[in-house]
Amino acid sequence: MPPIPVYINGLGIISPQKTYEPATFLDEVIPVVSNQLRCQEPVYKDYISGDLVRRMSRLIKMGIASSRICLQDAGCVMPDAIITGTGLGCIEDTEKFLSAMINNKEEFLTPTPFIQSTHNTVGAQIALLLKCHHYNFTYVHRGHSFESALFDASLQLDTTDAKNILVGGLDELTANLFQITKRLGHWKTKPVNNLQLLNTKTRGSIAGEGSAFFLLSNMQTDRSYAKLSGLSMLLKPSTPDEFFLKVTGLLEKNDLKLENIDLILLGLNGDEKMDRVYDDLISAAAGMSDMAYFKHLSGEYQTASAFGLWLASRVLKSQRIPEVIRLSGSFNRPVKNILLYNHYRNLNHSLMLLSKLN
Amino acid sequence: MTRRVYITGTGIISAIGNSVEQVEKSLLSERSGIGKITLFPTIHQDRLPLAEVKLSNTELLDKIGKKENNNLTRTALLGMIAAREAIDDAGILKLNECPTGLISATTVGGMDRSEVFYEAYIQNPSRGRLRDVVNHDCGDSTDRIATFLGIRDFVTTVSTACSSSANSLILGAKLIKAGILDRVIAGGTDAATLFTLNGFNTLMILDKNGCRPFDENRAGLTIGEGAAFLVLESDELVYKRKARIHAELSGYGNANDAYHQTASSPEGTGAILAIQQALASGNLRPADIDYINVHGTGTLNNDLSEGVALETIFGLNMPPFSSTKSYTGHTLGAAGAIEAIISILTMKNRCLFPNLNWTTPMKELSIRPVTGIIESYEVNHVLSNSFGFGGNNSALIISKPIDLIT
Repeated sequence: MPPIPVYINGLGIISPQKTYEPATFLDEVIPVVSNQLRCQEPVYKDYISGDLVRRMSRLIKMGIASSRICLQDAGCVMPDAIITGTGLGCIEDTEKFLSAMINNKEEFLTPTPFIQSTHNTVGAQIALLLKCHHYNFTYVHRGHSFESALFDASLQLDTTDAKNILVGGLDELTANLFQITKRLGHWKTKPVNNLQLLNTKTRGSIAGEGSAFFLLSNMQTDRSYAKLSGLSMLLKPSTPDEFFLKVTGLLEKNDLKLENIDLILLGLNGDEKMDRVYDDLISAAAGMSDMAYFKHLSGEYQTASAFGLWLASRVLKSQRIPEVIRLSGSFNRPVKNILLYNHYRNLNHSLMLLSKLN
Repeated sequence: MTRRVYITGTGIISAIGNSVEQVEKSLLSERSGIGKITLFPTIHQDRLPLAEVKLSNTELLDKIGKKENNNLTRTALLGMIAAREAIDDAGILKLNECPTGLISATTVGGMDRSEVFYEAYIQNPSRGRLRDVVNHDCGDSTDRIATFLGIRDFVTTVSTACSSSANSLILGAKLIKAGILDRVIAGGTDAATLFTLNGFNTLMILDKNGCRPFDENRAGLTIGEGAAFLVLESDELVYKRKARIHAELSGYGNANDAYHQTASSPEGTGAILAIQQALASGNLRPADIDYINVHGTGTLNNDLSEGVALETIFGLNMPPFSSTKSYTGHTLGAAGAIEAIISILTMKNRCLFPNLNWTTPMKELSIRPVTGIIESYEVNHVLSNSFGFGGNNSALIISKPIDLIT
């Protein structure tokens, strides 16, 4: 990440929790007994005009609404760039077109699902509705899709005149996607209570989805949530040393040591094998940092780290750690620095360092 | 921001050749790669043309020296071949001697296998071979290429429809200019699939006679497939390792048309903004551009909108232009990178390649494309346009290295 301060000045998120109302912060988390979590969605006509809503597929609606909540939260009318990250894009549209093509033997097809299946649809629709002619990119790299978008945003802030950039991470869960990835062994075979996810001690996680947008800026405002002071992406580290080199590199650039990290937010997802990956960091920071986790609230998906970033931003600004995310530690100190560590299928690992603003 | 970004290696696989050398020969002999569909059975077999890479997946595997398929999609295979050629061409012996990245682009990813999976899955959700769907996502082909090449420092994938690989080149240049990486292998790959063929067919923008960009009677585009990668290196690295320089990536711009999800604005707003940004970032004026490799898909809408944009920017001093999609077809996620390499070939050969299949000028425009090979033509700066769905408009400027500019 370029050596410039990047401030998070606005948030907008639709997730399996009731997060679309910025006034609340995980105040009512209701347990779900399932192996998949679907978003709690707002009434879309509050955010998008009725004519448009009808034509949009679900992820487009989630993306537009959450980006609007974010811009409003930041008090930003026109961002200087729109950058999205998505693992699979509007997969519901892709499935729809693919199924129709096979079922109807390539005849009687309608273009809408094909058009919407294009991975940059949500970023493009946001630009279209805002009439935003600026830089518009979409990254589609598995568990580094959202991280790539964040990285590019910091690069744009550093090397161009851009001051406010809208960055989003979004993916949707469909019945077919769930079925296929279930066959691939990604999910628990039986329903579980999501609030007991880490007690299941079995393979597989719970599937999830969400759309989270952030307004990133090189200027702090009175609405700022936090400073994103470091971002590191790494492919499956071959040794713990390689991983810790990245962690210390990230911390040293900010004159920090692991003992200065007040809270470590982990992407634990309840899959007993995948979760072992976090053990090294957990033991290294034991007794020094408090630990928390979030995928029992978001479910697992390629851009789930965006939920983690939202959570960390809220914690730093409110100085409140919701009981429901607590993993270990005393939780009786101010939270100045948060380290977010997530991995997607032990393939794409990412580290984000966030700091409290004065 | 003073670092220069040089192009030191190129690799292509496309309907007009399986290497840069073969592509160059086809361009010079005005041989198009558009032909009959042979890759897959389809009801459009005899109705629509396609610009296919003339190798089966087994032959592609053979080209990279692999015997086992190991679930490789055609998109990944094409990308591996082009990226390998680019690195070899750049004369790189130790890829990771400096911070190195891979940025790929794709629009369909592993769709060529997902289609096979879905055929069975749709009958019964417990059927379909999982190895056919596990590589569906766009990141898969990139990860496969990265593993094949041994790149770990920075790996990502861009997907912005038909401007995808122009955008991977833009990101690569930005990372080098910012000093984050010294070397980036950037480009894109897309296999032809039933999904894309039928998708564009529902939009009624496929020309059954093969694309005729900028012709009054044009009736749409022709889908193509292929991959292209370019080795981008910082000036310091190039001088340090005494690398041969093909060209400089001297300017780039990306803007959004914000007009319609698929159609371009009548004024070409996004295109104008992208081209203006590219010129400004390269400290160039319109008069410096010697040739334009246009996006020129051959659709009614694109060519009109792009033509209006070009007339707005260049006025009466319009440089020669052509759409080489009449050779390669529209290779979607690979198009920007393929056309960047063709732009370099115009410099190398001091020659402009024609816009094939053109006969009649468009009524609305005064500009006309190059229709035959133009030889002994000195090219210092090329503008290459790539426009995609969602109003995603990108422009690249590729220049001769500064000390060679005449």
